[in-house]
Amino acid sequence: MLKVENLTCQIADRVILKDLDLEIKKGEISVLMGPNGSGKSTLAKLLMGHPECEISKGKIIFQGKNITELDVTERARKGIFLAFQHPLEIPGVNFRSYLRLAFNSMRSKKEQLPVFKFRNLLQEKAKLFNIPDKLLNRNLNEGLSGGEKKKMEILQMAILNPKLAILDETDSGLDIDALAIVFENIAKLKSQNPDLSVLIITHYHKVFTYLKPDRVNIIYHGTIVETGDAALLDKIEKNGYKQYEEK
Amino acid sequence: MKRNKEDKKRENEFLLEGLNNDYANKYGFSDEVKNELDLGKGLSEDVIREISRLKNEDDWMLNKRLEAYKVFTQKAMPSWGPDLKDINFDDIHYFVKAGESTAHSWEDVPQEIKKTFDKLGIPEAERKFLAGVATQYESEVIYHNLQKKWSEQGVIFLDTDEAYKKYPELFHKYYSKIVPATDNKFAALNSAAWSGGSFIYIPKGIKVKIPLQAYFRINTKNMGQFERTLIIADEGSEVHYIEGCTAPIYSSDSLHAAVVEVMVLKNARVRYTTIQNWSTNVYNLVTKRALVRENGIMEWVDCNLGSKITMKYPSIYLTEPGAHGEVLSIALANKGQILDAGAKAIHIAPNTSSIIQSKSICLNGGRTSYRGLLQMSKGSKSAKSNVICDALILDDRSQTDTYPTNKVDEAEVTLSHEASVSKVSEEQLFYLKSRGLSENEAAALIVAGFIEPIMKELPMEYAAELNALINMNMEGSVG
Repeated sequence: MLKVENLTCQIADRVILKDLDLEIKKGEISVLMGPNGSGKSTLAKLLMGHPECEISKGKIIFQGKNITELDVTERARKGIFLAFQHPLEIPGVNFRSYLRLAFNSMRSKKEQLPVFKFRNLLQEKAKLFNIPDKLLNRNLNEGLSGGEKKKMEILQMAILNPKLAILDETDSGLDIDALAIVFENIAKLKSQNPDLSVLIITHYHKVFTYLKPDRVNIIYHGTIVETGDAALLDKIEKNGYKQYEEK
Repeated sequence: MKRNKEDKKRENEFLLEGLNNDYANKYGFSDEVKNELDLGKGLSEDVIREISRLKNEDDWMLNKRLEAYKVFTQKAMPSWGPDLKDINFDDIHYFVKAGESTAHSWEDVPQEIKKTFDKLGIPEAERKFLAGVATQYESEVIYHNLQKKWSEQGVIFLDTDEAYKKYPELFHKYYSKIVPATDNKFAALNSAAWSGGSFIYIPKGIKVKIPLQAYFRINTKNMGQFERTLIIADEGSEVHYIEGCTAPIYSSDSLHAAVVEVMVLKNARVRYTTIQNWSTNVYNLVTKRALVRENGIMEWVDCNLGSKITMKYPSIYLTEPGAHGEVLSIALANKGQILDAGAKAIHIAPNTSSIIQSKSICLNGGRTSYRGLLQMSKGSKSAKSNVICDALILDDRSQTDTYPTNKVDEAEVTLSHEASVSKVSEEQLFYLKSRGLSENEAAALIVAGFIEPIMKELPMEYAAELNALINMNMEGSVG
């Protein structure tokens, strides 16, 4: 599904990611863990096409195609979705209208939905995800609580139906109940779409009670230092990231 | 990223929901219409006498014009605001008459002009509103239609020339009383050379539910438009007047100096909505003022997109207790444009209140300014005013400024002023693009959200039209 090869990038001469390799297989749940400042969020944004980090080496392959040079919009339309750690507030922009515009932007003329059909689709998904109707009538993230923003990110993801979902610290800032709702929703989505690949970026193990990872990647000083199965989580839980310092 | 056709189509669908017109073709064209009469360039006493003679005016109006002309020649250009030195008053046509005389039904409208109207979508708007349409084509009102029941109610909706002939007593009472010729150089110019415009009188207690609307259009090279609008809302009446302006593009500069006078009598309510989209060679220097009597309400909704330079500060004089006024405005300045817009609220009586909300957007090196005056005179006890002006900047080349002036001579008043300047952030664009929107869709969406509080005050068709105009302005502007 996704292959990052030998990627090096910098922000104003400071190397953020170095010779990074990462592979995410179709339908797999992958985890990216690492200490603060190790490059997790930079990698998430870079995969989505954010221009802040300049790539000097390496490439990103998505579904067999080199997308290193592709713009954010084009990556989104190819099926990459990034759930933001801090979703942005866009004042005055109605959530429904915005999401329909986004939905239709990814579809051919034939598959696009008119207002009423889209409204039904949105309501159906919102119901499934226990999101109250009144949230749908709000403006995009404007004045929403942290938990509400994250719920709406996952609702957007469900509507846009990506092939690869990158969850950038989606669990951060959520209380225990909100965390349960958000990750149960992601689990629902995953069970509906077995082919969906997910990359979870997190500091906490709590989320793995909802989503069982197939593969765990440890990022340290901008590079992947270890990759393994779920057992690697226990190792990190026990020893922390210090073990990678000597390497 | 390059925008593809699909993106553009979809954007238009989104922003034009409910409209079927091709807006790209709608602007910047000039139809061949033969000018029947043209007094040539420049203004003089003789030209003014000739204008007045051609209009069969009496001495009262001729004298008003001549007095105003004297004021015009003596008054200096404004010492503040944008640079107007490129206006050459000797290079302007002050009176041009197009086509035949005023038509009262659609069938009477000349074919060429109908074609222009088609491009402007006027018949569509007319069908939708089933309202009176007063359309100014060149200096003369060609097509004028007023629903029968309103005539029966005593509502007068005419072009100003015709109205003067029929109701001189209303002119003697109100004309030039709200905006005197001495107010400023351009008001003087208008008072000397005015032609066309709308005249509305709403009798006591009559509430006109459907908006009265007029479309304006300049269609002659170098032709100044000096329309004169006078609205009188008698006690307890209500009316909503809408003007939408579009203009084709010309190579040399064009001057538009209108005067709008509104009289809101006791308990009356007037809303005046403008969508201005002059081509970017037009100087749009307009004086708009309303006098509001006891418990009356005046609302200016003013949307300005076009022109080379706009200077416009709709004002509200709250002259009797309980009078209320609002100015809601949007200004968008693109490349080479200066939009110097704002509002004036003058509180003279107790318990008067005003709300001023201004939203401006600048991009591609455009400049917007908010220029406001808030005055609370001695005796305006318990007056309240709330001013909010927000500016949105799309790039580093563009600029916005705020020039608020408060003059408060009364102690017991409440006054608040909030101003904000924001930039469309890279992160907002990244967020929206990550959901599949193109760069332009994303920027247009942010702008649409920014002006939403004022947009929702517009009738649906006009909101859609304004959205489309803004979208046209945004094309290729980001990235």
